[in-house]
Amino acid sequence: MATATLKGNERPTIGEFFLRAPAVGPALALLVAIVVFSLSTDTFLDLDNLSLVVQQSLVVGTLALGQTLIILTAGIDLANAAAMVLATLIMAKLVVGGVSGIWALLLGIVATVVIGMVTGSLVTRIKLPPFIVTLGLLTVLTAAAKLFASGQAVPVADSLLKWLGTRRYLFGGIPITYGMTLALLMYLALWYALTRTPWGKHVYAVGNAPESARLSGIKVNRTILSVYIVAGVIVGIAAWQALGRVPNADPNAFQLGNLDSITAVVLGGASLFGGRGSVLGTMMGALVVAVLRSGLTQLGVDALYQDVATGALLIGAVCVDRFARRQQS
Amino acid sequence: MRQRSLLALTLAAAVAATSVGACTVERHWGGGSNAGGGGKAKVGLVTKTDTNPYFVELRAAAKAAAEANGAEFNALAGQFDGDNDGQVRAIENLMQQGANTILITPSSSTGVLDAIDRARKAGVLVIALDTATEPDTAVDATFATDNFEAGRQQGAYVKAVLAGKPPKLFMVDGTAGSTVDTQRHTGFLKGIGLTDASPEIKGKTPANGDQSLAQQGVENLLQRTTDINAVYTMNEPMGRGTYAALQARGLVNQLVMGSIDGGCEGVKNVRDGQYAATVMQFPKKMAEQGVLAAVEYAKTGKKPSGFVNTGSAVITDKPIPGVESQDTKWGLENCWGTK
Repeated sequence: MATATLKGNERPTIGEFFLRAPAVGPALALLVAIVVFSLSTDTFLDLDNLSLVVQQSLVVGTLALGQTLIILTAGIDLANAAAMVLATLIMAKLVVGGVSGIWALLLGIVATVVIGMVTGSLVTRIKLPPFIVTLGLLTVLTAAAKLFASGQAVPVADSLLKWLGTRRYLFGGIPITYGMTLALLMYLALWYALTRTPWGKHVYAVGNAPESARLSGIKVNRTILSVYIVAGVIVGIAAWQALGRVPNADPNAFQLGNLDSITAVVLGGASLFGGRGSVLGTMMGALVVAVLRSGLTQLGVDALYQDVATGALLIGAVCVDRFARRQQS
Repeated sequence: MRQRSLLALTLAAAVAATSVGACTVERHWGGGSNAGGGGKAKVGLVTKTDTNPYFVELRAAAKAAAEANGAEFNALAGQFDGDNDGQVRAIENLMQQGANTILITPSSSTGVLDAIDRARKAGVLVIALDTATEPDTAVDATFATDNFEAGRQQGAYVKAVLAGKPPKLFMVDGTAGSTVDTQRHTGFLKGIGLTDASPEIKGKTPANGDQSLAQQGVENLLQRTTDINAVYTMNEPMGRGTYAALQARGLVNQLVMGSIDGGCEGVKNVRDGQYAATVMQFPKKMAEQGVLAAVEYAKTGKKPSGFVNTGSAVITDKPIPGVESQDTKWGLENCWGTK
C-alpha cells in the first residue's frame, strides 16, 4: 500500500502520511461525522441504530470490495451492480422454480463469475479499456435482467437466500446480522490476500506500473484476469447480501450501485489511476456514506442536500489525494 | 510547522462543525415507543422519489395536514423508481426516530414487504398510498386510486368518441410489469372492449413513464403504420411525448387520445387540445386521509383497514353522453402540481 518512501531520518510530511496510510483520511471523516451526529441527535448514538447503519452499507460495501480490486489494477467496473441485480433474479427465479436455495445461490455466483471472466478476457486479450467494456455490459446486463424477469420483481421466500439479513445475534449489546459477519470476514480475507500474499503484491504492481511488473516476471494478464474473477465472486455474494436486505429481486433496483461503490472506494483513499488503495480504506469509505445518510436523515436534511454533501465529500477526498501527491513530489 | 497548522485547522473545523450541528439543528423527534394510542401522532412518509411533481404534491399535502392536526411529520424517499433498498432504509430510519405511523408509496408492490412487516410488528400503523402492495394485507390499509377503474374510464371515453367505429389502437405503456401499469392497461382494454390479443391493437411500446422515451417509441411505431384512430397513454408525460410524435406526422386530428394523472400540466394539455381526455387522480386526498388516520391511531389506537378508493374523474372539454366527466375549468381547480 505504501508508495511513498522516506529519505533518511526525515519526519514524514502530512502528504506522505496520507499516502502511506490512505485509510486515515476516511477514518477521520468517519470519526468527525459520528461525533457530530451523536451530539446533534439523540437517536444516532444508539446501539440498534449503529447496527442499522452498518446493515445499510453492506450491499454497497460488498460491491465496493470487488471494485477496490479492479480500481487497484487501474480499471473500473460500471457493471457490477447490474451483474448483481441479474444474479439476484437468477437466484430468486431458480428458487421459485423449485431449485434448492444452496444451488440457486451457487448458480447465481457462477453467473457473476462468468461475467467477470468475460470482462477480464476482453480487457486482457483484446486490450479494451475496462471503462468501455463495463459500460457496454451495464447496458447489456440491465436489459438482460429486465428480459429475464419480464420486468417483474420476484419475491424471495427461501430462508438461505434471506439468511444474511434475517439471522442475528447480540455482540456486546449490538445486534449483529450474519450479513455483517460475512462482510467482515470478506474484508479480512481480502486484506490478508492483498497485503500478505504474492498475489496481492502482484495486483499492486500491475496497477502501479504494468510494464515494470511485466519486466520483473509478473504475469500481468493472468493477474488482471484473476482480479476480475475474484471480483465476480464478490459481486455474487453482494447479490446474496442484497436479498438478505430486501428479499425481493427487482430488475429496477440498484441503478446507482456502480457509482455508489466507486464513491466508497475513492473516499477510501484509492487512486483511480491504479496501484493505490486499501481494503480498510474502502470499508471506511462505505461507512462514511452510510453514516452521512443516516445522520443527515435523522437531522431532517433533505435527500437532495445529502447528495450534495456526499458529492462534495468525494471531491474533497480527491483534493486530499492530489495535495498528498504534490507534497510527495 | 506546516504540519502543525494543518492539524490545528482540521481540529478547529471539526469543533466548529460539531458545535454548529449541536446548536442550530432542528430536532425532529426522539426515540421511544412506536405503538399508537394516547399520544401524539408521529407520521413518516416514504415516497418512491422526492422529485416527481406527483410525490411533491403528496408530500406537501401530508405535511400541511400534519401541521393542521398537530402531528409531527418527516418525509423520506427512494432515490429512483425501483429503489427498494432506499425505501427499506427510510422505513428503518423512521422507526428509529419513533414514528408511530408510516405512509408509504411502495416502489414495487412486493419490494419492501419485509421491512413493512417489521414495522407493523413493532406496533407502527402502515398505510400504503397510491400503490397497493401484493398481497394487500401486507399493510393495514391502502388509500389509492383504483387504477383499473381509471384505465377503464379512459377506455370507455375513447370508445364513446369512436362512436361504433372499430378502434385502431396504439398503447404507450409505463414500466413493464409494474402493478399500476398493469392495472391501467387492463382497465383501458376492458373499457374499450378489447383484449391484449385483439388485432385492433396496432402497436404497443413501453416508455417507463418518460416523455422522450414515449416520443421515440411512438415515432418507431409510426414507421410501421400511421393508420390509427385511438391512442392510450399510461400517464401525462408520456401523453406529451406521444403528442409530439403524432404531431410531427400530422396525425393528431385523425385520432382520439387519452391519458391518466390529472396533473395541472396534463389538464392544460387537454384544454389546449393535445389529447381529448385525462383521468384525474387525487394524491392530496390520499395524503390527507393518511394523516387523519395516523392522528386517530395515535389518539385511540384504532387502525383503518382495507382498500380505500380515493376516486378518479374524467377531465375533458368534449363531453360524451353516457360518460361522466368534468371540464378543464373544474380540472384546473382540482389538479395537482403547479397551477
